[in-house]
Amino acid sequence: MKPTLRQLGPALGLTAALLAPAAVADLAYVSNEKDNTLSVIDMDSLEVVDTLPVGKRPRGILMSKDHTLLYICASDDDTVQVMDLKTRKIIDTLPSGEDPEQFALHPNNRHLYISNEDDAIVTVVDVKTKDVLAQIDVGVEPEGMAVSPDGKWAINTTETSNMLHWIDTETMQLADNTMVDQRPRHVEFTHDGSQAWASSEIGGTVTVVDVASRKILKDLSFKIRGVHPDKIQPVGVKLTKDGQYAFVALGPANHVAVVDAKTFEVLDYILVGGRVWHMDFSADESQLLTTNGVTGDVSVIDVDDLKVIKSIKVGRYPWGVVVVPDPA
Amino acid sequence: MRPMRPGVALIAAVILLTALPVQALEVTVGYIQWQPYQGPVLSTTLTKPEDAGLKGAELGVDDNNSTGRFMQQHYTLDAVVADSRDQAVNELRRMQQAGIDLFVLNVPADLLKQMTEAVGPHALVFNAGAEDDSLRTADCPPNLLHTVPSRAMLTDALAQWLAKRQWNEAFLITGPTDNDKAWVAAFHRAAKRFGVKIVEEKPWTFDADLRRTASAELPRFTQGDDYDVVVVADERGDFGEYVPFNTWLPRPVVGTQGMSPEAWHRSVENWGAGQLQSRFEEKTGRPMISEDYAAWAAVRAIGEGVIRTKQAKATDLRTYLLSDEFQLGGFKGRKLTFRTWNGQLRQPILLVHPRGLVSISPQEGFLHPKTELDTLGYDEPESQCRIAD
Repeated sequence: MKPTLRQLGPALGLTAALLAPAAVADLAYVSNEKDNTLSVIDMDSLEVVDTLPVGKRPRGILMSKDHTLLYICASDDDTVQVMDLKTRKIIDTLPSGEDPEQFALHPNNRHLYISNEDDAIVTVVDVKTKDVLAQIDVGVEPEGMAVSPDGKWAINTTETSNMLHWIDTETMQLADNTMVDQRPRHVEFTHDGSQAWASSEIGGTVTVVDVASRKILKDLSFKIRGVHPDKIQPVGVKLTKDGQYAFVALGPANHVAVVDAKTFEVLDYILVGGRVWHMDFSADESQLLTTNGVTGDVSVIDVDDLKVIKSIKVGRYPWGVVVVPDPA
Repeated sequence: MRPMRPGVALIAAVILLTALPVQALEVTVGYIQWQPYQGPVLSTTLTKPEDAGLKGAELGVDDNNSTGRFMQQHYTLDAVVADSRDQAVNELRRMQQAGIDLFVLNVPADLLKQMTEAVGPHALVFNAGAEDDSLRTADCPPNLLHTVPSRAMLTDALAQWLAKRQWNEAFLITGPTDNDKAWVAAFHRAAKRFGVKIVEEKPWTFDADLRRTASAELPRFTQGDDYDVVVVADERGDFGEYVPFNTWLPRPVVGTQGMSPEAWHRSVENWGAGQLQSRFEEKTGRPMISEDYAAWAAVRAIGEGVIRTKQAKATDLRTYLLSDEFQLGGFKGRKLTFRTWNGQLRQPILLVHPRGLVSISPQEGFLHPKTELDTLGYDEPESQCRIAD
């Protein structure tokens, strides 16, 4: 705990504002799709401490592997913005192809794989040289994007083709396709890289795929009392490092499902805000933040108790969230 | 040499086949559009594009191909916008002779029935143009599926919303055409189901040119005891455009004009719809409308069936599309499926004004034991059709 500066902050006014960028706690960055801003949440106080103007229609956001930069898909500006996390200023833009929505960074910290939703391609950009290394044709409406922990595979999901496209990162070419249910939105590798978990929003399922064989291991489905099955629309997926839990954000069902990541059994459903899409863990994985688009807030889930401990008002239509660990 | 046992021969053949380079599966969809001339109308500035429907089918084929190329499938559209009924029938014959057995037809109900009969039970037909309730209640060829919503679905969507807003008293203005009469009949049914009272019903008979006299004529025409809303039944857009803001009482106008129930509209952006809108606009230079959506959904349903079953036989596709396995992502926030009794595609209905989305039906609170989407249109007990049996 580092309460000193936070307590001083309000009293110091301008000084605090100047000091704020020198992060003293873990901070969560939330992209507000309809406000063209990022909200910055202090993870100790669980309060919004800053709101930053960014490009048009910010959606996917992610952090560089060294935690110094934040990449922001500014979808309607057709660009990826680069924010310096020390100064919280946009310092650069990357060529991204049209309408970037989600992306994933290769473990080499250089190759950024970007879904170009309107063009049915995945663009690979070297973030250092800003060169476009490849543009790979995929199905209709590419969305979810993930790179395996060993850096060998990139998977892209296409929402209207209903496929996982396996991109060999060495050749930057398509190697295989896996059919899943309607409208796959998001894909996430397990930390050991052995499985990929892909959510299908309209199908209402999460498909677990064995990476080595690229065969489907399990189709998970969800059921919440009093919620019509059509409203259960899985989007974001987050897996704990210890391999114990998977959390699945269920969109307009306003719940997050807790899944035993080993047995694939659904353990619980946690009520959060309206239209929950994406999530991120606090650095120590004791908390999980969810973006709730319709209610314009972020729910904080205590991972041990599996309970919501707070809702934090952010901007309009929060989309993505990334927790940046305190560098100290 | 001794002859091989049949089993061995079969295995040999299979090995030979799999060793050959994979042949692409070719799927051709026949699209025929003919809609009769609606007669002269007063409001002539905003007309429907002549390729309404066709462009949706074309985009559906593009979308199918974008997916199909990963599966060694190739889709082609054999499309005709006919000038006459006869030409539509002749083109159908030509397509049949060319071996096509998957059709998307954007034609009126009587011609649709004739053409569906002509292609026979081994072909599969999608109705992308006829809203007639009779095709969903009594007169249901088993090889006909509907992606265009019925009038009952549209008017139910509207009446649910009126009930939800508690705008329970309607002043109904009825147009003179057969289609207008069918719309009025559907609205009567919907009003009764959802508790909307038609306090006055008046046929439009004036023949003056409203462009000069709308403000003078319509207030008097809509004079009456109190009502909550004016409902217009004017499918071809003859006089209805002049009703909003010209009513005797300051009341909103809904129905075929004002706020209307639609299968699709440019104002939808949720659920990824923005992407469908921009794909369509980029291709055609105009917004996507309900006719385009119905044709797009039909071609996509075919694509989804072929992609999942990895074959293109019409009868097998029909079985798959009517099964629990089938689901279509239709950019309306939930999966779309076909009703097994009458082949109607279940779908949410949008309530829109010309530049915005007002609401989406089914409205919350209208419950159904199976799916709330079946509160729109003719539910199984209300329909005599059992096409899946």
